[in-house]
Order: sequence, then C-alpha cells, then structure tokens
Amino acid sequence: MERDKIIRINKLRFGYRVGEFQLAVDEMCVKSHERVAITGSSGSGKTTLLNLLAGILVPDNGEVEVDGTVVSALNHEDSQDFRVLRMGLVFQEFELLEYLDVLDNILLPFRISPVLNLTDVMRQRTRDLCQEVGLGDKARRYPKHLSQGERQRVAVCRALVTQPAVILGDEPTGNLDPVNRDHVMEVLFKYSETTGAPLVIVTHDYELLDRFDRTLDIREIQNETLALPGVAISAL
Amino acid sequence: MRHLLYLAWQYLRFNRGKALVLVGSISLVIFLPAGLYMLVEQGGEKLTARAEATPLLIGPQGSASDLTLSALYFRESTLKPIAFEEVKQVNESGFAFGIPLHLRYAVEDQPIIGTTLDYFDFRGLTVAQGRQIAMLGECVMGVNAARALGVATGDHVISTPAGAFDVAGSYPLKMLVVGILDPTGTADDEAVFVDLKTTWVISGLAHGHTDVTQSGAESGVLKREESNVVANASVLSYTEITMENIDSFHFHGNPDNFPVDAVIVVPRDRKSGILLRGRYQEQETAVQMLVPLKIIRELLDTVFVVRDYVVLAGTGVAIVAFGIMALVFALSIRLRKREIATIRKIGGARQRLLGVLSAEIVIVVAAGVGLAAVLTRVVSHFGELLVRMI
Repeated sequence: MERDKIIRINKLRFGYRVGEFQLAVDEMCVKSHERVAITGSSGSGKTTLLNLLAGILVPDNGEVEVDGTVVSALNHEDSQDFRVLRMGLVFQEFELLEYLDVLDNILLPFRISPVLNLTDVMRQRTRDLCQEVGLGDKARRYPKHLSQGERQRVAVCRALVTQPAVILGDEPTGNLDPVNRDHVMEVLFKYSETTGAPLVIVTHDYELLDRFDRTLDIREIQNETLALPGVAISAL
Repeated sequence: MRHLLYLAWQYLRFNRGKALVLVGSISLVIFLPAGLYMLVEQGGEKLTARAEATPLLIGPQGSASDLTLSALYFRESTLKPIAFEEVKQVNESGFAFGIPLHLRYAVEDQPIIGTTLDYFDFRGLTVAQGRQIAMLGECVMGVNAARALGVATGDHVISTPAGAFDVAGSYPLKMLVVGILDPTGTADDEAVFVDLKTTWVISGLAHGHTDVTQSGAESGVLKREESNVVANASVLSYTEITMENIDSFHFHGNPDNFPVDAVIVVPRDRKSGILLRGRYQEQETAVQMLVPLKIIRELLDTVFVVRDYVVLAGTGVAIVAFGIMALVFALSIRLRKREIATIRKIGGARQRLLGVLSAEIVIVVAAGVGLAAVLTRVVSHFGELLVRMI
C-alpha cells in the first residue's frame, strides 16, 4: 500500500445473511489528510460500507486495509483492539453512556480496552479537548443535562481522545442544527488537518459537501449489476 | 480491574434506586434466615449459660418455664409466691443453701430484685461504683438499669406501684442508690437489687412511722390496749428509710410466712443436689424444685424447631428471590443492549464488557451480603431477649 493511502478497499463483496442486499466495491482509496463524504439514499449501503471500514462487519470477499493493517483479515478481538487504537467513530445518535459524565464518556475507550492506557497525560488531553469544544465548564455534567449539540461534541471528543489514525462518522451531524453542525464539523476538520487523519463521513447534508475534498455517491462506487441480487462484477 | 469497578460503580451510582432495591432485597433474603438462625443460636447459648450457672430452683407449683424465666431473667410471672420458710428449710437441710428472690416490683421498667448478699457472690456480681447494700431502703443497680433510669450513686429511685388500682398492694418507697454493678451481659444488668426485707417494706409487710407509744402522739391514737396501740390516719408512715427512722421499721406478722417468688438452691455437691431433688419429688407440697437447664433446653428445643421451619422457608424464599434477581440482571442487560453495542462498536473488549457487567453484579451481591452480615451481627445482640420473649 502506498504510504499516503490510509484506507484502501480491494474487491470488496458483502451481503447480509438475511435479505438480498449486496455491496460490491472493487476499489476505493482515501489518502492522508483527505476529507471524503459518502452520500446515497437510505438503504443504499453507506453505513454498511462504514462498518466494513471499521471492521465491525467482515466482508465475504476482498480486503479492507486501514493504516497498513488488513482489518478484514483480523480476528474479532484483534479487530476490536485495532479499532479502539487507530479509529475514531462518531455516530448520528451520539451513543453516550447516560451514567457517565462528560469526562468519563470521553475517557470511555481507555476503560473498556486493555490496549489503551489511561495516563495523566490522557486525562489532561481530555480536559483540553473539552475546553477546545466549549465544554470546559460542563465536564462533570451527565448527558441528560446537555443539549444535542453538546452531546455530539462529547461524542466527537471520545472519538478523538485516542488520537486515531482514521475518523469515521455515520451522519454525525444528522441530528444537529446548522450552528452545532458547523461547530462539530469544524472540530473534525481541524483534527484531520492537524494530524493528517483522513475523514470519512456518511452524510445526507448537501450543504456540507463542498467542504469535503471528495464526495462519493455509494451508487457510483458500487457495482452496477447489483441491481441483480447476488451478482457483483463492477469496478470503480 | 480498577476500570471495571469504576464503570460498574458509576452505573450503580447513577441507578442508585434500582441498586438499593437490589441490595436491600439480597440482604433481606439472606438476613431473614441467617439472622434468625444466629439470633436463636446466640440467644440459646446465653440462656443456656445462665441456666447452667443456676443448679436448682424452688418455686410455686405451676408453669416450670414461667418460674425459670422469672427467676433467671426476671420476666414477669403470674405464679403465686411461696413462703420464706422454704429458704430456711433448704438451709436447714444441710444439702444446700438457698438464695431467696422477690420479683414482684419494679422501678419504672426495671425489675426490683429482693434478695440477699449471697446472690451477688453466687452470680459473681461486683460493684463498679459506690458500695454494696448495707441497710434497708438501699439499692444497687445493674449498669443498664442505671442508664435507663438516668441515675448514679447517691441518687434516689422510687418503686413503681404495681398498677393504677393497686392502692393497698404496694407502698412506693424512695430508695437510695448506693452502687452500680459491673456489666455482665445478663439480665442482672437490667435489675435494681435491694435487700429482701426492703421488698417486704414495699409490699407493706414491714413499715415505719412516728412513735405512737410516746406521750406526745396522743392526737394520732384511737385506742390503747395492753400490748397494742390503734392509730388513726394522721400517723405519718415513712416512704423513705433513713438512718433517723430505720429503727421505727418493724414487721407485722411472722417473716417465715412472708413471700418470696423463687429460691435459687446451691447444693454443696452433686450428690446433695440429687438427694434434695428426691426429697422434693417425694413430697406433695405447694412448691416445686426444678433444674433450670432442663427447662431451658426444653424451651429451646421448641424454639429450634420453629427456627428450623422458618429457616427452611426463608431458604426457599431466598432461592426464588435469587432466581428473580438473576432475571432482573438479565433483563437489565437486555435493556442495555444499545449501550453494549456502542461499546463494542468503538472497540471495547468483550472481556472488559463482561467484566463491567459482572462487577456490577458482584458489587450489588457483596453489598447485600455485607448488609445482611451487619444486620445479623446487630440483631445477634438481642438473641437472649428474643428467646426470652418467645
């Protein structure tokens, strides 16, 4: 893999056990510093693609390589470890733990994985992140006492606290008003810019697209013959 | 490990209502059978220990357990008193010596025990503050009785009438507290000890009043006979025995017929005890002699049977309760499916996840067991009282 190609998909084929949905992507690359938006209609496979990149789903055929590791070849536990170490995930529904305050929600990856070590440096980094996203004075609040925008900022901090090599977002601004949406995207773009981590975001928000380096429509990267269930022979 | 415990603790802290209900339920289902078992076991031990230390008892015919519980633990008795003469008979038998117990009166809720100084030696009671009883109208207090009545050496206590309508039954007597006993952890700690004759004063069998034989007392005299003076109500009866008026106290009647409620019989040796028991068994008398240990064991056997049934039922309830709790935990995990999925998505290790969920269960169960242990420990102190109440 070329050094600057952080994410690479090669002849990927995937189908759920139930249903006729099939995803076929012959090739897809995302380079360092690159900001890519994935668009497409509902049910077209955007989230499935993101889950395949994250190693949450395992392709039936083909390879998914992230930061020099073929994640599709990792066993389940190694895949979990790789994800918590090298990837930052942001979800549309924030997925914060209601019983943890802001700081603890951000530090969650360190507590749920043995491959990460929670040090004072990390705690300080968490506090700095809170300040950076405007949550410095709300660090001890629980999610139920935060606004939607604030919750998503916490979720973004949680994704960034491990200093991931790749950021994957599944409609991270889908539930936010324009002001909060811009704020959240700003944080993500800034991290990508500073660290070189590529940003792959699934979105429906067309107002955001011109801020990305590239927009991929899932229909364009998917094999055309997918209209015929079970068959996938296309190339990007 | 600390991360598992931290997350588990945060979850339980946030859901403290649910956690407290679970902890409370676990502690109760453990505590009820375990506590009862411990309570009865320790209560039984204490009861047995005191009964073992009391070789023989004499008292009125009737309920043996009533007699034993009143003589050993000063529980109120409905039995009629026996004559003091019984004590003399025991002493004159040459087999044993008798310690009389008068158990009719109280100072508020603390029983007044009329006895002799032999009782203190027999029970190994020692004075912690002040001194031992030296004259009529003085009392020494068990440590708990003193605390309950809020009195110290030098204070006075007044005997309580047996009832609101007990106008002629007893005479409230103001008694000087001359000593507080060392704690023993027995019923003696709850009692107010007086000389036997003092209880007779309370009962009106002995009394003191102004001297009506003097020439200055004519206004209070109704009739003078050769050996008897009949006085009217103006003659002052003393309600407190002091150095000044003690000589005026006198008995009306033969003290041998005066009442005692029980007699602790201390045989010289085992053989003497057996001979004495044989003598009482042969006689058709109004009194009975019994072995307190035997009575207490019979009583405890009944209590143990009840205990075993309750413990058995409690164990059944505990098994069902733990089944329900397992269901609650399982449902709770199902409700947290999304949270678990999130943790897995961001890369949480399966072992850590299982560890957090297990730690929650362990903390709840440990807290429940701990609370049950504390409760059991606390109530075990009341074991003797409980068995006495039963």
